[in-house]
Amino acid sequence: MSKIKIVDLHKSFGEKKVLKGVNLEIQPGETMVIIGQSGSGKSVLLKHIIGIMKPDSGKIFVDGQEITSLSSEEMMKLSRKFGMLFQGAALFDSLTVAENVAFGLRRHTNLSEEEIKEMVTASLERVGLRGVENLLPYELSGGMKKRVGLARAIAYSPEIILYDEPTTGLDPIRADAINDLILQLKKDLKVTSIVITHDMNTTYKVADRIAMLYDGRIIEVGTPEEIKNSANPVVQQFIHGRATGPIAEW
Amino acid sequence: MEKQIWIPFLNNFFYELGQVFELTVQAVKGIFQKPFEKRIFLQQLEEVGVNSLPVVSLTAAFGGLVFGLQTYLAFHRYIGPGSESQGGPIIAVGLCRELIPILVGLMVAGRVGSAMAAEIGTMKITEQIDALLSLGASPIKYLVVPRVLASLIMVPCLTLYGDVIGIFGGFTYNVYLMHVNQTLYVQNTLKYFEIWDVSVGLIKAVVFGLVIAIVGCWQGMTTEGGAEGVGRATTKSVVVASISILILNFFLSKILPATLK
Repeated sequence: MSKIKIVDLHKSFGEKKVLKGVNLEIQPGETMVIIGQSGSGKSVLLKHIIGIMKPDSGKIFVDGQEITSLSSEEMMKLSRKFGMLFQGAALFDSLTVAENVAFGLRRHTNLSEEEIKEMVTASLERVGLRGVENLLPYELSGGMKKRVGLARAIAYSPEIILYDEPTTGLDPIRADAINDLILQLKKDLKVTSIVITHDMNTTYKVADRIAMLYDGRIIEVGTPEEIKNSANPVVQQFIHGRATGPIAEW
Repeated sequence: MEKQIWIPFLNNFFYELGQVFELTVQAVKGIFQKPFEKRIFLQQLEEVGVNSLPVVSLTAAFGGLVFGLQTYLAFHRYIGPGSESQGGPIIAVGLCRELIPILVGLMVAGRVGSAMAAEIGTMKITEQIDALLSLGASPIKYLVVPRVLASLIMVPCLTLYGDVIGIFGGFTYNVYLMHVNQTLYVQNTLKYFEIWDVSVGLIKAVVFGLVIAIVGCWQGMTTEGGAEGVGRATTKSVVVASISILILNFFLSKILPATLK
C-alpha cells in the first residue's frame, strides 16, 4: 500500500486555480522530490498533505486513511505522523531553541522533563548542532535555523518528513550539508520523505523518484534517470533551466 | 451607481463579521478545553495588565482632573458659587460609568490590541502558525485563548484601578486646588454614588476586553502580504477595536439600568 495517495486534488484561491487535479502516489520509505516553478503550487500541495489546507475537491490518503474529511481535532492527532521543515524554518521566535525542538514532543508524547531534555539534545546532535539549546532563533544563522527546524520536525519520530524548499537561501556548501542530512535521516530513521524544490542539485542528490508539478497537475513522475530522459519539452526546459521553451508564464 | 459601491462593501463587512463571530465562539469554547497554556496566559496577564499601569495611571489621572475642572466650572457658572461640592457625585458617576472604561479601552486597544495583531500577524506570514498546526498545536488554543482570557480579566482590573485614580483626580482639583468644601464634597459623593455605577463600568470593561483581544487576534490570524500586511493588520486592529468600543459603549449605557435602587 502506498504511504500517501493523492487523488484528483483541486484548489483555487479566488479566481486563481492553483491545483487542477493532482494525482500522486508515494511509497513507504521513498524520497519523492516534487519540482516545479516558483508559485506553481508546490507549497500549497504540501500543506494539503499535512492537513493545514483543505482542498476544494479530491482526496488524500495517508496509510489508507482519508484525511481531507477529518475534523481539526482528528487532524491534530494525525499530525504526529508528519514532521515538516518550513521554507524559512518558521521557528517560534519567542521560544529558545530547546523549547522549539521540544514543542512537538510535549504535544505528542507523555515524556518527563528529563526525557524531553535528552530527546532535544539527541535531535539537535542528529542535525549536527551542539550547545545551542538556550539561544533564541534570532541569534542563529540561516543554515542553523533550518537545522533547528529539522530537529524540531524529527524530534517526535514522525513517519513522514516534508521539506519545503530545504536549500533555498543557503550558500552551496550549506545547501549540500542539508542534502546530506536529508539522505542521512532517510537512512537512519527509515522515513518517507517529500521534498519540494526548484534546486536541481538537491533533486538529483536526494530523489528516489521525481514528480514535476506544472500548470496545477503532475505532468511527469519517474526516477531521476527517467526524468532526465523525458520526452516532455516542459520537463526538459525546467531541469535544464532554460529561459526559452514551452514554459513562458511569468 | 450607488448600489455597486455598497454591495461589495456590505459583502465584505458581513464576511468579516462572520470571521470575528467564529473566532469568538472558538476562543470561548477553547477557554474550557485542555490543555491550558498557563505560561503564555501569565505572560499575557503581565503584558495586558501590569505593563498597562503607567498609561492607565496617566490617562485616568488627567481624565479625572479635567472632568473635575469642567464640573466645577459648570456648577460655578450655572448654579452659582458655593454649589460646587454637588459636583462630587457627578464626577464619580461620570468617571466610573463612562470616561474611565472608555479611556482604558482605547489605551489598551492601542498598546495591547495592536501588539497582538503585529505579533500573530508576523507569525502568520513567517509560517509559524502553520508550524503550530504541523506540530499538533491549535493556534486558537495556543495563541488566542490566553490573550482573550488575559484581556477579559485585566481590562476590568485596570478599569477599577483607573476609577480610583480618576475619582482622586477630580477630588484633588476641586478640594485641593479650588478649595471646595471637602466635607460637603465627600458627603454628596457618598450620598448619590452607588456600587452599581462601578459595576456598569466593569461590565463594559469586560466587553471591551473581549473586543480588543478578539479584534487583535483576528487581524493577526488573517494577515497576508508580508511586512506591509502586518502594518495594515496592526492599524486596522486599533481602528476597528476603538470604533467598536465607542459604539458598543453607547448601547451598553442605554441598555444597562441607571440604578438598582
